[in-house]
Amino acid sequence: MARIIAGVASSHVPAIGAAIDNKQTEEPYWKRVFSGFEKSKEWMAEAKPDVAIVVYNDHASAFSVEFVPTFALGCAAEFPPADEGWGPRPVPVVKGHPELAAHIAQSVILDEFDLTIVNKMEVDHGLTVPMNLLFGSPKEWPCPVIPLAVNVVLYPPPTGHRCFMLGRAIRKAVESYPEDLNVVIFGTGGMSHQISGPRAGLINKKFDTAFLDNLTKDPKKLTRIRHLEYMREAGAEGIEMVMWLIMRGALDDKVDEVYRFYTVPASNTAVGHIILENRKRAKGKAGKVKRAAARAVSLVRRSK
Amino acid sequence: MTRARHDYDDIPGTFVFDAERSRQGYGINMFCMSLMKDENRKAFKANEAEYLKKFKLTPEQTDAVLKRDYNRMLELGGNIYFTAKLGATDGHSFRHLAATMTGSTQEDYADMMLKGGRSVEGNRSRSGRGAVGSVLGEQGKPKGAKKAVKAKGKSARSKAGKSKSAKPKSKAKRR
Repeated sequence: MARIIAGVASSHVPAIGAAIDNKQTEEPYWKRVFSGFEKSKEWMAEAKPDVAIVVYNDHASAFSVEFVPTFALGCAAEFPPADEGWGPRPVPVVKGHPELAAHIAQSVILDEFDLTIVNKMEVDHGLTVPMNLLFGSPKEWPCPVIPLAVNVVLYPPPTGHRCFMLGRAIRKAVESYPEDLNVVIFGTGGMSHQISGPRAGLINKKFDTAFLDNLTKDPKKLTRIRHLEYMREAGAEGIEMVMWLIMRGALDDKVDEVYRFYTVPASNTAVGHIILENRKRAKGKAGKVKRAAARAVSLVRRSK
Repeated sequence: MTRARHDYDDIPGTFVFDAERSRQGYGINMFCMSLMKDENRKAFKANEAEYLKKFKLTPEQTDAVLKRDYNRMLELGGNIYFTAKLGATDGHSFRHLAATMTGSTQEDYADMMLKGGRSVEGNRSRSGRGAVGSVLGEQGKPKGAKKAVKAKGKSARSKAGKSKSAKPKSKAKRR
C-alpha cells in the first residue's frame, strides 16, 4: 500500500529561484532565506520519498486566461520547466508518475472532486522553487513528481475547506494504491504578501504565525477562513495559502511538527515553511481493524 | 455597465482580479501573454501602439499600457502575473513593479520590506468595519486576549466583537 508520510509547506517566491539561478545564495539578503532550509534538505534526504505530490499554482505560464482550471492534475510522464519570459529556469525536467497520478484522478473524481486532467504541461517557479528549497539543485530530481495546479489567480479560488477535503480524498486515493510507496505532499505559496496595487508590500506576521500554529494543531479552524479574510489580513496574493490546506488535508488529524522557518522578506513576500510528519500508524491486526471500521463509517456517511 | 459591488471592494489599495475584470481585461492579459516570446517582445518594442492594435484593447487600456500605469491596468482588468510580463519586457522585477504601484521610490519600498513590510494596521478596510467574522484576525482571538486594544479603534472593534460572538456558535454546530 502507498502512504503519505509527511507534508511540507513552503513559499515559492520567484526571486528565490532567480537567486539560485544567478548564484546569489551566499549574499547576506538571500543567505538569511536559504539558511532556513538547510535542515529541511537534510530531513528530505533522510525521508527519501518515492513520489512527491506538489500542490502549486501556475503564474500565467501553462494557463493563460484562455482557460482556468480550478484543480489540474499533471498525469504526464514529464513536465519541462516553462519559459516565464526570460528563458526556462536551468532546472532538470520534472519526471511524473503517470500511474499513481491516473489512480488519484480516478479515485478523487469518483469522490466528487472534478479535477482537470493535464497530459501536457510546463511547470513554472511555483513548482520548481520549493523543489530547489527541499531537494537542492541536483542534476536530476531525486523522485517523480505529481503536480497539482490550483487556480489562485482568478478570483475566486477554491475555498480552504474545499482544498482540505480534496486533500482528504487524495490521501484515500494514495492509500488505495497497491504499490508500496512513500509519498510526501507539498503545499506551496504564501505566506502573507501583496504584489499588486497601492497596498503592495503588505506583510502580516501575526496572521502567518497563527496560520502555522493552527496548521499543526487545529487545521479545521483554518478551513473556516473566508477569502475576504485571507485578502484583507494576508494580502491579495496571500490567498494562495489555501493550497497549504490541500497538503494538510492529506495528512492525518494528528501530526508532529518537525520543523518550522519564517522570515521577512524575500522580495515582496513573507517566507513560511513547515514540515509535518504523520505519526507511525499502529501496525498489525489492531490497526487494520481500526482502519476498516473507519472506512465503513465513512462509507455509511457517504451513502446517506 | 457599472461594476457590481463586492465585499472585497472594502480592502484598500487592492484590485481583485475577479470574473468581471477577467472578462474586461482579456485583451490586456493576452497581450501580456504574447510577450513570453522574444520575437513578440521585439515587435512590441519596435512600435508599441501598432503592436497593441492586435489585441482589441479599449482606448483607456491602450493608454494605460503605453503609459505603464500598472494600477490602471489592474483596474481595467489586467492581472499582476500577466502585467509582470510587460514589466519583465522593460527589464523590471516584481519588486520594482510593486514599488511603482505603491507610489514610493524603489529605495523606500525596499527599506519598508526589510523592516517587515507594510503593516496591516490601518490597511484592513476602507469603511473601518475591518475584521468582522475573521478567524485568525484581530476578531478571531479568544475572549480575554484583546488586552492591547487601542482606544482609537475601540468602538468599531467592540461592535464587531458583538456580531462575532453570535456567529461562531452557529458555525461550530454546522461543521
